[in-house]
Amino acid sequence: MFSARDEILARIRAIDRPSAAPIPRDYERTRTVADPLDLLDERVADYKAIVHRVTEAEVPDSIGECLARRSVSTVAVPADVPPRWRVPSVTWVPDDPPLPLGELDTVDGVLTGCAVAIAETGTIVLDAGVAQGRRILSLVPDYHLCVVRADQVSVSVPEALARLEPGRPLTFISGPSATSDIELDRVEGVHGPRTLEVLIVG
Amino acid sequence: MGGRNPVTWLGSPVFPKAAREALTDTQLRRNLRKATTTIRTKRAGVVAELDDWERLRVAGEAVKDDVLANLDTYLVRLEEAVTARGGVVHWARDAEEANRIVLDLVRAEGTDEVVKVKSMATAEIGLNEALEAGGVKAVETDLAELIVQLGDDRPSHILVPAIHRNRAEIRDIFRKKMAEEPASDEPPDLAEAARKHLRRKFLSAKVAISGANFAVADTGSIVVVESEGNGRMCLTLPETLITVMGIEKLVPSWQDLEVFLQLLPRSSTAERMNPYTSVWSGVTPGDGPRKFHLVLLDNGRTATLADEVGRQALRCIRCSACLNVCPVYERTGGQAYGSVYPGPIGAILAPQLVDDPHDEQAASLPYASSLCGACYEVCPVRINIPEVLTHLRAEAVQAKGKRTPEAIAMAAAAWVFGDAKRYEAAQKAGSLSRLLARDGRIKRLPGPGAKWTDSRDAPAVPKESFRAWWRKNRVQRP
Repeated sequence: MFSARDEILARIRAIDRPSAAPIPRDYERTRTVADPLDLLDERVADYKAIVHRVTEAEVPDSIGECLARRSVSTVAVPADVPPRWRVPSVTWVPDDPPLPLGELDTVDGVLTGCAVAIAETGTIVLDAGVAQGRRILSLVPDYHLCVVRADQVSVSVPEALARLEPGRPLTFISGPSATSDIELDRVEGVHGPRTLEVLIVG
Repeated sequence: MGGRNPVTWLGSPVFPKAAREALTDTQLRRNLRKATTTIRTKRAGVVAELDDWERLRVAGEAVKDDVLANLDTYLVRLEEAVTARGGVVHWARDAEEANRIVLDLVRAEGTDEVVKVKSMATAEIGLNEALEAGGVKAVETDLAELIVQLGDDRPSHILVPAIHRNRAEIRDIFRKKMAEEPASDEPPDLAEAARKHLRRKFLSAKVAISGANFAVADTGSIVVVESEGNGRMCLTLPETLITVMGIEKLVPSWQDLEVFLQLLPRSSTAERMNPYTSVWSGVTPGDGPRKFHLVLLDNGRTATLADEVGRQALRCIRCSACLNVCPVYERTGGQAYGSVYPGPIGAILAPQLVDDPHDEQAASLPYASSLCGACYEVCPVRINIPEVLTHLRAEAVQAKGKRTPEAIAMAAAAWVFGDAKRYEAAQKAGSLSRLLARDGRIKRLPGPGAKWTDSRDAPAVPKESFRAWWRKNRVQRP
C-alpha cells in the first residue's frame, strides 16, 4: 500500500503542469522617503500606539516617564537589555531563569528592544535576539514598551525581510492587539498587550 | 477512507433555494451591507497607497503559479527543512485521514482539550467535530470563531466568520455562554469579555492547533497572520503545536514573502499590516512549543490541480476581498453557500474540492454569481474567478447529460439558429408573446418559459423583427 506521502506526490506528478515563467520582480523593493523615522512615527501612531521621539541620552529618563505615567511598577525584561534601561523607579523582573507563566501573567508590563522596524507599515519585528527575549515575554503582559533604534528602521517590507533571519522565531507587531471581528470595524485590545508604547531613538 | 468531503455542509439546500431564504432576513442584510461597505472603503484606501500594487499582484500570481508547477519539489523541500529543524511532517490524503492524525497526536499528549487558532483548513475538514467525536474539546480562540462556536452557529465569511452578527446579537450570545457578562454591546467591552473568558484556557493549554497562511519551502518557516494575539498565544504557550496546512500554501523562498506580506493585509483587513504575524521554523529550544507537527493536507487539491482552468483557484491566499465586493455575497451572506468557503472564491473552490459532478448543491455554487467581475479586479493573486465560474458551469451542464429540459431547449435553439428560414419563423412566432405583455414587460411566460419569469420580467418581443424591417425598408433601394 502507498503511504499518503507517496500517493499525494504521485497524484501531483501525474498531472500535466506547464513550466512556470520567471517571477517578475519589478515592484518596488526599496522605497525612498524624506525621513523614515517620521514615517514610522506616523504609521505606528496610526494604529493607536503611543510613540515618542527621543535621543540616545534621553532613553533611560523616557523609559522612567512612560512607566510612571502608566503607574506600572513591576516590569518583565529580557536579561540582556542595556543596563541603563533598567531605571530605579520600578521593580524589574528579568526573564533569567525563564519566568514561570503564572508569574509573567502578574507583571504590569514588559520592556524590550527590537530587531527591525518597517516605517511604511508601522511594524516592529522581534526576532528573539538581543534585548528581546522569548516570544511570550512581549505577549502575556498587558503593556509593552519597545525601544527602536534609528539604524533598525527599514522603509519597505522587502527591505525589512532581507534583514531578518528566517530560521529565528519572528513576531511582527503592528500596534496593540486588535480585532475587526465585530462589524468589520477595528477595536484595539484583545489577547495581546492592549497598550503598545514605542520609543524611537535618533 | 474516501468518505464525503466535509468542505460543504451535509444537507445544505442548493444555492438558489438557500439564497431565497437568506434574502428574507432583513437583519442579516443590514449587518452585511454595513460590514462590507466599511471594509470595501478601507481596502480601496490602503491599496491606493501603493503605486506598485498591480505589479505586486502580477508577482503574487507568478509566485503561486510557480508553486503549482513545481508543487512536488517544493513539498519535499519543505518537509526536509521542517524535519531538519525538529518538526515532524505528516501527510493526509483527505479530511478523514487528517482528522485521525490530529486526534492521535492530541491523545498522545494525554489531554482532552485543545486551543485553536482560526484556520480555514481545519474548518474545511470538520476537525472540531472529529475531535469531539474522539472525546477532545476544541476551543476556538479567535473572537469571531468563538462567537460562531458559542452561538452554535456556522461561519459566513472567510476572515470574519461572524460577520452576519451585529454587536447586540453578539452580546446576547456571550451573556448566555460566558461566566461573566460583557459590560455592554460596545465592541471594546465584547473584546474584553472574550479576553477574560479565554485567558485561563491559554495559560493551561497543553496542545494548540493552527492553520498556516504561508510555508516557506527553502527554510521550513511557517507564517500565521492574525490580529488579536490569540494566534501568538496558541503558537507559543502550549508544549505541543499541530499545524494543518493545505499543500498549496507554499511559497518557494523567504524573499517571496515580501510580496504576500504586502498583498494579504491590505486585501483582507484593509490594513497596512495586520497587528501580529508569527513566523517559526520547527522548534526553538527555550522559546515556544517543544513539539511541532505539520500536517500537509490534500483533500481535493490535487484533483483541482488537474483541471487546467480551475487550478488557478489554488493560488488563493484566503484574504476574502472577493466576498466583500460581491453583489451576490453582500445580499445572501455566506451561509447560503453551504460551505466554509463562501462568496466568489467559494463558488469555484468548494465544487472543485468536492469533486463530485453528481453533488447538486456543490454544482449549484458556480451559478451564485452575476459574472460582474469585481472579484477578479480585487483578487491579490489575480484569480480569474468569472472564467472558472463559466468553466465549472459548463462542466455542471455536461454532467447533467442530454435529457435535461435545459439541454433539450439548447439543442432546439441550435436547430433553430442553424437555418435562416427556421430562425425567421421562430421570430414571428416569438413576437406573438407580445400579447402577454403589459407596459412592454412580460411578468409570466407560459410553459417552460415560466422558469425564466419566476425571478425576473421578460421584455416584450417587438411586433416586427429587425430583419423583416430591413427587408421592407432598405433592401429594395438601389
